[in-house]
Amino acid sequence: MKKIIYGLIILLAVLHHDWWWWDDSDTLVFGFVPIGLAYHAGISLAAGFLWTLVVIYCWPTELDDVQPVSPQASNNGGHA
Amino acid sequence: MTQLIIILTYLGLLLILGVFSSRMFKGTSADYFLASRSIGPFLLLMSLFGTTMTAFALVGSTGATFKDGIGVYGKMASWAGIIHSACFFVVGIKLWSFGKRYGYTTQIQFFRDRFESNGLGLLLFPVLVGLVIPYLLIGVMGAGTTIEKLTGGALPNIFPAAGVGPAARAAGAIPYAYGSALICIVVMIYVFFGGVRGTAWANAFQTIVFIVLGVVTFVAISDKLGGMKEATAMVQKHNPDKLRRTVRENDTLTRYKGDVNVYEKRLAAWKAKPESNRGRAPKKPVKPHGIGHLKFLSYMFIPLSVGMFPHLFQHWLTAKSAKSFKLSVIAHPLLIMLVWVPCVLIGVWATSAMIDGKPIIPYGFSNPNAVLGKLVASSTGPVLGGLLTAGILAAIMSSLDSQFLCLGSIFTNDIVAHYVKDGALSDKQRLLVGRAFVVFIVIVTYLLALLRPGSVFTLGVWCFSGFASLFPLVIAALYWKRTTTAGAYACVISTAATWIYLFAQAGYGANRGYLFLDMMPVATIIAVSTVSLIVVSLITKPPSAATIDKFFKK
Repeated sequence: MKKIIYGLIILLAVLHHDWWWWDDSDTLVFGFVPIGLAYHAGISLAAGFLWTLVVIYCWPTELDDVQPVSPQASNNGGHA
Repeated sequence: MTQLIIILTYLGLLLILGVFSSRMFKGTSADYFLASRSIGPFLLLMSLFGTTMTAFALVGSTGATFKDGIGVYGKMASWAGIIHSACFFVVGIKLWSFGKRYGYTTQIQFFRDRFESNGLGLLLFPVLVGLVIPYLLIGVMGAGTTIEKLTGGALPNIFPAAGVGPAARAAGAIPYAYGSALICIVVMIYVFFGGVRGTAWANAFQTIVFIVLGVVTFVAISDKLGGMKEATAMVQKHNPDKLRRTVRENDTLTRYKGDVNVYEKRLAAWKAKPESNRGRAPKKPVKPHGIGHLKFLSYMFIPLSVGMFPHLFQHWLTAKSAKSFKLSVIAHPLLIMLVWVPCVLIGVWATSAMIDGKPIIPYGFSNPNAVLGKLVASSTGPVLGGLLTAGILAAIMSSLDSQFLCLGSIFTNDIVAHYVKDGALSDKQRLLVGRAFVVFIVIVTYLLALLRPGSVFTLGVWCFSGFASLFPLVIAALYWKRTTTAGAYACVISTAATWIYLFAQAGYGANRGYLFLDMMPVATIIAVSTVSLIVVSLITKPPSAATIDKFFKK
């Protein structure tokens, strides 16, 4: 499932490059949104949907219960 | 006057919210810088969205569309919807987990540990601070200018008209120096007292304000233009090139032709003046030219900057749990759409909107960023004008606050606390130093903003490119065990070198349309930084087993 969802995100990134609407100013969605803009608004909606799938099916559950390695580690990190 | 009252009421509400949130402050540095890692999903979403959306989301998107057409949404907004959430998911959650496990407060602490190098922290410090400062200046300067431009007539007895030409100030307008000082003081107060928790609450409030006001402005303007269908039909008739990403031979180009007419008149008037009194020659309008495929594609790299913004890193660390990220990952693209689509439509409509046969935005109008304000001023009343101003300031301040705080945090944790002897700096002292740095940075930023360095706006785009070009560093640090200290150095140094070279090639930002290999310069800088990181890592000594164990053990 994970592979399919990640694949869909890559597909979405590929579909972002919509050369087929590049030269179209005549087609309007709802009578006022130019198709090139409507398509990209659709890309944003699709992104929201795909990231929902990611959250449901690909969530790194092992990170849900991360705990500090020591009580002192609350704000004293980074002393390499 | 109405607009000024609305602005002051808005700022007052913000201060009340700041005081309210400071009552929850626990008095520790961990609470000040990280809200004790207690921020839940909704506040985290609002913080991240408010921080990533600057005033550009409202004003700049409208102006850029007015200039270049609807392609602006695809170049910036829909890429951001995909890439920002990817950064939250791939980078943000992982960094949050290391932050919680090992107690990091800043990016530099993480990189120092991961690459076992203090020196890398010292190298990153000026790079990150240097890239944030122009970004801060843009916010403060934008706020001062917005207030000055939109409060004309408010207090004519106190502030008379001043200056000439584009820099003129209308009678009664709050001067730039006072407006920007007011914004700095308001932001400083709630950041000083509330820390990152105050910032999160203020961002939530401000994000809701600018989203709602964007939608309200859209409805009011489309109504004044005779409805949405009529407004788009006017564009199809007069400037159809703005509705697509190409320009055809037989396009009407009404606005371009109108701009050329005005330019020729201005040029003739300029030539008629004596040479000693001419000033700058009028700027010739650029003929619409569409957008190339490679350029459009290369915009995908810009939103990667989110993965390396230090102020966003700090917000990530405030999350209560990994689960707090879920809402941000899902809703971020949808909120971007909600803000950008109305602004892009307004920008397109502004190219062709007319009243009694005259364009609402006059031909020869040379400041695209003022299009939204102009449209609101000429087609709606002062109340909406005031509300829109509050919305613009909300968008500016919701980024400014996080940036001020993160610079305070970097100075405190990566320089002062890092170099004093273990235990010598008590928690109270750390808090005091953090607050003192916030005040110091606000004052320095304000003083720099008074100089009005015009080039800083151009520098803004280059700052985003710089952060984006460091993205390979954070990805490699999180996912590639073989990344070495030398590889990390190579990545940062090659990014800086390529950035400086291309910046110089672009006339230090003067050539705003500069492309390298027909692409945005960021594409090349990322390619160079990635190759440097990989090649140098492969030929140098791998990191210690302890470090690999610390960061890669399941």
